[in-house]
Amino acid sequence: MSAVATEYETVIGLEVHAQLATRSKMFCGCPTTFGAPPNSQTCPICQGMPGVLPVVNRRAVELAVRAALAFGLRVNPACRFARKHYYYPDMPKNFQISQYEEPLAEDGSLELEVDGAPRRIGIQRLHLEEDVGKLVHEGDFATALSSLVDYNRAGVPLMETVSRPDLRTPEEAAAYLKAFRAVLLALGVCDGNMEEGALRCDANISLRPRGSTELGTKVEIKNLNSFRNVQRALSKEYAHDYRYFPEPDLVPLQMDAAWVESTRAALPELPRARRQRFVSQYGLPAYDAGILTQSTALADYYEAAVRAHPANPKALANWITSELLREVDAADDTAIARSGISPARLAGLVLLIDDGTISGKIAKDVFARMLASGEDPAAIVKREGLTQVADAGALEALVDAAIAANAKAVADFKSGKTAASRAVVGQVMKASGGKANPAMVDRLVQEKLSRM
Amino acid sequence: MISRQDVEHVARLARLALSDADLERMREQLNGILGYIDKLRALDTTGVEPTSHAVPLVNVMRDDATRPCLSPDEALANAPERSGQFFRVPKIIEE
Ligand SMILES: [Zn+2]
Repeated sequence: MSAVATEYETVIGLEVHAQLATRSKMFCGCPTTFGAPPNSQTCPICQGMPGVLPVVNRRAVELAVRAALAFGLRVNPACRFARKHYYYPDMPKNFQISQYEEPLAEDGSLELEVDGAPRRIGIQRLHLEEDVGKLVHEGDFATALSSLVDYNRAGVPLMETVSRPDLRTPEEAAAYLKAFRAVLLALGVCDGNMEEGALRCDANISLRPRGSTELGTKVEIKNLNSFRNVQRALSKEYAHDYRYFPEPDLVPLQMDAAWVESTRAALPELPRARRQRFVSQYGLPAYDAGILTQSTALADYYEAAVRAHPANPKALANWITSELLREVDAADDTAIARSGISPARLAGLVLLIDDGTISGKIAKDVFARMLASGEDPAAIVKREGLTQVADAGALEALVDAAIAANAKAVADFKSGKTAASRAVVGQVMKASGGKANPAMVDRLVQEKLSRM
Repeated sequence: MISRQDVEHVARLARLALSDADLERMREQLNGILGYIDKLRALDTTGVEPTSHAVPLVNVMRDDATRPCLSPDEALANAPERSGQFFRVPKIIEE
């Protein structure tokens, strides 16, 4: 028998709940603002009082259809809401309005890359539902006698998507969530804020013999908001018996085919397509293009910089991926705007290098000053006197001094170790405070050493 | 036929504690209702869409606009117990 590790494989399916970016709740006019005082955003409808009637938020339907089309799901010509019954004080009605047998959309996929290899993860369905209230324990959990309930979130519009069990590793699951979030952000369907619960993820994980197509015993892991939260998750054998039935207070939705098609035509460029375009249009490596397209804000920033300095898209990409993203969090969509360095200023910095005004080394110092002060790079260079020394006479003096001080390097060079010239070049660059034009220094050092 | 176990199961889902006498009464009543529904089964419903609404309406929707909410005090007016601005309920043990 072969080792156990080769006999079984992990099968992971993810359920993602995304809060739709609406002003009001799914079935009533209460606002969806995060962080409001407890129970300040409820009304008779989301409190489930007798005799009230829910009415569907049109915007929530539009956003969900937009997401469905982006994931290539088939938008069903008609869908219906259902009551999902359960007794838990997070829902005042004792049921949650969801969709069951007739969801909004079915059968799509999300394409992602894991370690450079493309993967297509199936998405089984997408449906609309309402969020539930929030429970907190009164005081310390062990001694608490009561739980406290805030119904502000009850009725907030959610879009639930259920992936097919196509994921095999935690890395793939994380890549799925990341790619999924990027699509929703590009669409403006969800703000993607995981700390505020606007995007939540549950995982169904099972083991099965490799090559088998059956699913093994399923373990549900709730609320994997961060993949580090797994230890908090509990498996359970609790079979829910929700007794779904059609929601009698809501009439079915019928999707107008022409409207669906016009929505499809109006979809913005999605992160994956944009990444491919960055490769073909700007000649970027796929890896760099992937980094730059992980958020719409970052990709927009890059393209604005390219428009300001179209001659060198590759250098602009390098400055963003290796310098700017060291300072700002790429996953935080507003951080880049707050960095103080506008796309035009970054383009200005690269232009100063490309036209020979400053060296790449000096440019890093200028960049640090730009981060600190938000100033224009040309202004910094002028004020600090950082313009590259390209005057042959001035450089020659520095080269002569460096050769005189490096007898060993000179001897090595003459004995055939031509690489020894680098020590002399380095000395000159240092003596000039990094301002010497490196190409000119290199040429001068070569010439002088060869003549010795 | 609805068994005693069926009634117990449904009662548990609805968080109802029924006495033995109530269980039996419910079993008889539920069987009576099912017997009535069996009469409908005698009809040929081939090709008839299941009806969930008596009115043939679709796409009843509202614009995404906010409306005034209840004040927290109004929202909590019917709460059996409250703590500050929260509803207070018996302690919930995480599943
Ligand atoms: Zn409400």
